[in-house]
Amino acid sequence: MSQLAVNLPGLQLKNPIMPASGCFGFGREYSQFYDLSTLGSIMIKATTVEPRFGNPTPRVAETTAGMLNAIGLQNPGLKKVINEELAWLDQFDVPIIANVAGSLEEDYIEVAREISKVSNVHALELNISCPNVKTGGIAFGTIPEVAKELTKKVKEVSSVPVYVKLSPNVSNIVEMAKAVEAGGADGLTMINTLIGMRLDLKTGKPVLANNTGGLSGPAIKPVAIRMIYEVSQHVNIPIIGMGGVQSAEDVIEFFYAGASAVAVGTANFVDPLVCPKIIEQLPVLLNELGFDHISECTGRSWKKNEKLAYHRA
Amino acid sequence: MIRNEECIVLSNQEIAHNIFELTLKGELVQQMNEPGQFVHLKVSDSVDPLLRRPISIAKIDQTNNMFTMIFRAEGTGTKLLGQKKVGDVVDVLGPLGNGFPVEEAKAGSTALLVGGGIGVPPLYELSLRLKEKGVNVIHVLGFATKDAVFYEEKFAELGETYIVTVDGTLGEKGFVTDVISAQNLSFETLYTCGPTPMLRALEAAYPEKNVYLSLEERMGCGIGACFACVCRTQEDPTGYTYKKVCTDGPVFKGGEVLI
Repeated sequence: MSQLAVNLPGLQLKNPIMPASGCFGFGREYSQFYDLSTLGSIMIKATTVEPRFGNPTPRVAETTAGMLNAIGLQNPGLKKVINEELAWLDQFDVPIIANVAGSLEEDYIEVAREISKVSNVHALELNISCPNVKTGGIAFGTIPEVAKELTKKVKEVSSVPVYVKLSPNVSNIVEMAKAVEAGGADGLTMINTLIGMRLDLKTGKPVLANNTGGLSGPAIKPVAIRMIYEVSQHVNIPIIGMGGVQSAEDVIEFFYAGASAVAVGTANFVDPLVCPKIIEQLPVLLNELGFDHISECTGRSWKKNEKLAYHRA
Repeated sequence: MIRNEECIVLSNQEIAHNIFELTLKGELVQQMNEPGQFVHLKVSDSVDPLLRRPISIAKIDQTNNMFTMIFRAEGTGTKLLGQKKVGDVVDVLGPLGNGFPVEEAKAGSTALLVGGGIGVPPLYELSLRLKEKGVNVIHVLGFATKDAVFYEEKFAELGETYIVTVDGTLGEKGFVTDVISAQNLSFETLYTCGPTPMLRALEAAYPEKNVYLSLEERMGCGIGACFACVCRTQEDPTGYTYKKVCTDGPVFKGGEVLI
């Protein structure tokens, strides 16, 4: 498995594959299908200070090669996530990336401070890009200066490295990435969902109760690849890539674009075993392509000297 | 236990207008322990449609590892499912969810089974099991119109059966609730599956009875991870308490969730 081992700030991963936040709950459901210790990491569902019920239903709508969701950050709140979910996850040999969300700056700070103290939380993912909540979330993710300030404040209180999850719903993704890097981010995760909408043929009205939702799935992969390609050439912090990943081939493409690890989202809903399947297929594919180690693939799309492999574990 | 298996199509036929009866063979039938559960089907090998389709189980045959579903070919996914040929393979995840509690109806008592449209199918396996247990079953089955009616005779073999159509082209004209009151049907347990307004009307009409309702909601994963099919509880209608239709349901006791 050493062919897949990756070292990132706070994260010594046995492989670079992890389920994306919001697509895996807190892991309980998927533990019926496989040993969660197989995973490189788990990005748990977004956690807010207080419990949230989320949006009214319908919360999902299928689209061509993708899906729209407007769950609305439903979660049991910081206390329960720490005492029940993270405690339960502790039985597995897998580092957790805790997704931190909120409405106000203080909310992010409180969740980050408390959740980063938990022993199996090895990194935070700052969720400044959720498109489905009325306040906070995406507001922090679309104005570079605001994102930078929030990153800085969260970094001050966090006991573990902080990755910032970028929204694709901006006009200049590189500017956003540089802003959070300047704010002290240890890494980036990208991309969150693209804001979309679907209308009902009979009623003419939006299918989602929230009207708009976040588009995910294979449909958004080219957008993710393009953004990672652009951002990875302008920052010096690692990127965990996501957006429509379904196969080992997709993972390699994300690495080529500039990612150092990859998260799998919507595909978990279609095939609960997709993550272990990808982990199993990766070494075979790497051998076929002639790579000794997966980190050799990072940034291949734009690197002049392909022999460089500076993320090597 | 939930299994993921490639099942083989044994038969697939249109039994009413746009209504298909699909029978699959697979080992996972051994895991199907109660009527009212569902399976999550991948209808295509491509990414379009992307998500699985939740379909209720209408009949379980554990001796032959066969199970039957009845669905309406309406959207892209179910239309593709309607085109499956004998021998084709269908990727099945299941069985999922909690079904109808057969044990809630005592032998010798009467159970009323009320179905609306594509909510009728799971009541068939339920009726078979209740009948086998010695429960007297009465069926009230509502459909939009005559062309959409299916399994009338199969239900009639098991017990008293009333067909209701909205346009009156077959059976009684109107809604299932009209027939239940007009016929003055008496029963101890009520099991129902169908459109939400129908479930709501039945729950409100029989607060003193033992009622079990099967809910329908758009689903993502079908296993409780995505939080797409969440509903509120009647005890805490505005708070944080919730139930997931896929894993806590789809069958709930009357009075449990807000519908």
